[in-house]
Amino acid sequence: MTDQAQTGEAAGYDGVPKHGSLDPSGPPTPTAPRSAGNNKLKMTGRQVNVFYGEKQALFDVDIDITEHEVTSLIGPSGCGKSTFLRCLNRMNDVVDICRVTGDITMDDQNIYDPKIDVVHLRARVGMVFQKPNPFPKSIYENVAYGPKIHGLVRNKGECDALVEGALRKAGLWDEVKDRMEEPGTGLSGGQQQRLCIARAIAVQPEVILMDEPCSALDPIATAKIEDLIHELRENYTIVIVTHSMQQAARVSQKTAFFHLGVLVEYGETETIFTNPRDEKTQGYITGRFG
Amino acid sequence: MSLAFAFALIVLIGAAFYLGQGRALRQRDVGGARMHSLPSYYGFYAAIWCALPAAALIALWAASQGAIVEALVLSGVEDEIRGLTENQIGLVMNDIRNLASGGITSSDPSPAIQAAAARYANLMATGKLAMFVVALALASAGLLFAFRRISPDLRARNRVERTLMIALMLSSTIAILVTVGIVFSLVFEAARFFARVPITEFVFGLKWSPQIAIRADQVGSSGAFGAIPVFAGTLLISFIAMCVAAPIGLFSAIYMAEYASRKFRAVVKPVLEILAGIPTVVYGFFAALTVAPTLRDMGATLGLDVASESALAAGVVMGIMIIPFVSSLSDDVINAVPQAMREGSFGLGATHSETVRKVVLPAALPGIVGAFLLAVSRAIGETMIVVMAAGLAANLTANPFAAVTTVTVQIVTLLTGDQEFDSPKTLAAFALGLLLFVVTLGLNVIALRVVRKYREQYD
Repeated sequence: MTDQAQTGEAAGYDGVPKHGSLDPSGPPTPTAPRSAGNNKLKMTGRQVNVFYGEKQALFDVDIDITEHEVTSLIGPSGCGKSTFLRCLNRMNDVVDICRVTGDITMDDQNIYDPKIDVVHLRARVGMVFQKPNPFPKSIYENVAYGPKIHGLVRNKGECDALVEGALRKAGLWDEVKDRMEEPGTGLSGGQQQRLCIARAIAVQPEVILMDEPCSALDPIATAKIEDLIHELRENYTIVIVTHSMQQAARVSQKTAFFHLGVLVEYGETETIFTNPRDEKTQGYITGRFG
Repeated sequence: MSLAFAFALIVLIGAAFYLGQGRALRQRDVGGARMHSLPSYYGFYAAIWCALPAAALIALWAASQGAIVEALVLSGVEDEIRGLTENQIGLVMNDIRNLASGGITSSDPSPAIQAAAARYANLMATGKLAMFVVALALASAGLLFAFRRISPDLRARNRVERTLMIALMLSSTIAILVTVGIVFSLVFEAARFFARVPITEFVFGLKWSPQIAIRADQVGSSGAFGAIPVFAGTLLISFIAMCVAAPIGLFSAIYMAEYASRKFRAVVKPVLEILAGIPTVVYGFFAALTVAPTLRDMGATLGLDVASESALAAGVVMGIMIIPFVSSLSDDVINAVPQAMREGSFGLGATHSETVRKVVLPAALPGIVGAFLLAVSRAIGETMIVVMAAGLAANLTANPFAAVTTVTVQIVTLLTGDQEFDSPKTLAAFALGLLLFVVTLGLNVIALRVVRKYREQYD
């Protein structure tokens, strides 16, 4: 009885319909297409430890993120999955008391190397946040913000083309093309989140990090974002943190299960959900805890 | 006597509470009734019925007793005051009052006046006693009334809460009424001024020289009441003050909110806010004794003619005074910009300064404008610094090195010392005050509007 209640809570968190699993107490069925990629490693983490002041949040995380694949990070609240995601574009630098040790590489280059400019890194590794956070500017300005600060566009025409391209890729163009000057904050939640994805795409990143991008959205908006993730995988490497195991099963090729700051198990999504090695993974995906 | 009465009234109110509560408890526990409200509400209900009518009576009695007693006393001395003007009757009444309280009188009182004084004292004492008796009787009657009404059906909670709400409403009204009273006192005095000096001359006149000739043959005291030079001085000094306070305050707010480490912030923010706690008269010393001479000497070195009471000195020091306003309010609005905005910008590879310039400041702009406007209205109304550091001569000039005067300085000089309140010179102060009030009120209204609009954006 408690098992089921917990499953319901874990799955209902994102408000995602549970069409991935027929048996509510069983694990969701992986439905994401297999990777057609080249299996080239885009980013790697080796012995990554993260400390917030005295408290250690991540313990010796080793992970390989493959190019043109979706990697999902799952686990109960406070397990360190968001912390790890924020290491990948050094977003943790913003937090004063946060300290990261170990190696994280991108294209075989250590991103914590003092020679690396964090600003360039973040232009290559875009990020979409849990809560849609469009700037209080017009829709156009929201998308044009990144290209302008990085000097990617020389004139208005180029900028217009880039904005249109990014909005098209984010599947938002048809909905907003007639109201580009209206504030981005006036869009619906799902549209705002796609605007934030367009904003990230406009900088032409190689990797896109998504921190529970659907947790503030309704099921229909969630489905749109998930379709978008499938399309974006062609051109970008995506790492997504999600509370919903169904979502992980639907969108990702690789899944990493974190628990109490430890990467418990990492592998093909299919393997994780159908034949997990670790007891804890088994427990989590069947909703026995978490 | 008064103390004993107050004590008795309080005891009665307390008793009302316990009697009311006790009756409700009895009805519930002994009679087995389902009471509408909790027993304590019946207690409060009885206490309110006991206290409010008595309080209203005391207020009314205290307000009217003096006038009634005076009328009675004066009717007894009709022979003495026959043929006197209203002002003179007022003086006679003053004598009677002073005599009754054992004070000094203007001249040797006649026997009739002495008798009137005795009667006055007697009537006042009787009136006071009567008030106590009637008030206590009314309180008891209220108590009895409420006590008898207590029954399971009485909606005591609703009544008590309604009374409380009305009390809250009255409190908030008092602040408004006082403001209205101040405005009216300004308006009436200003109207008396405008009866002597045309309003157009006051608002558009270019010359300010409020000295009026006392003797007909006096020279150089024509009396000109054009407010423009005075307001120009105020605006010049406020402008200089904002030139100092706006950048320093805003930049320090940006540093505090965006860059400073937690430790630095914890130390520096309170220190900066101490600036707001320095009495303005101390800023006045600083302006008059330190800044003004320094500026004059520096000007002399550069070949500039700087007056020792220059607008610059007063403006700069006033600017220092309002830095905490600007920085503290701006700091608050910058902090109110959600962290998600900054992270969104960082996540796109923006640097910290790009984020501040292009995301944080535009988002906080309305609030910052509001902070500036509040600071400006503070600068315009500031008095002590300019009294000490700015001049008295009403020069119509935009030269910051010249001496100018301000509205507040003029009001102070017009109203300090012994004044006759029927000359345009003195009344001009009220007209200036009214105009100043209108200007700062307008600025505050705009500022609050802007700040409110800003709030809507993130709620």
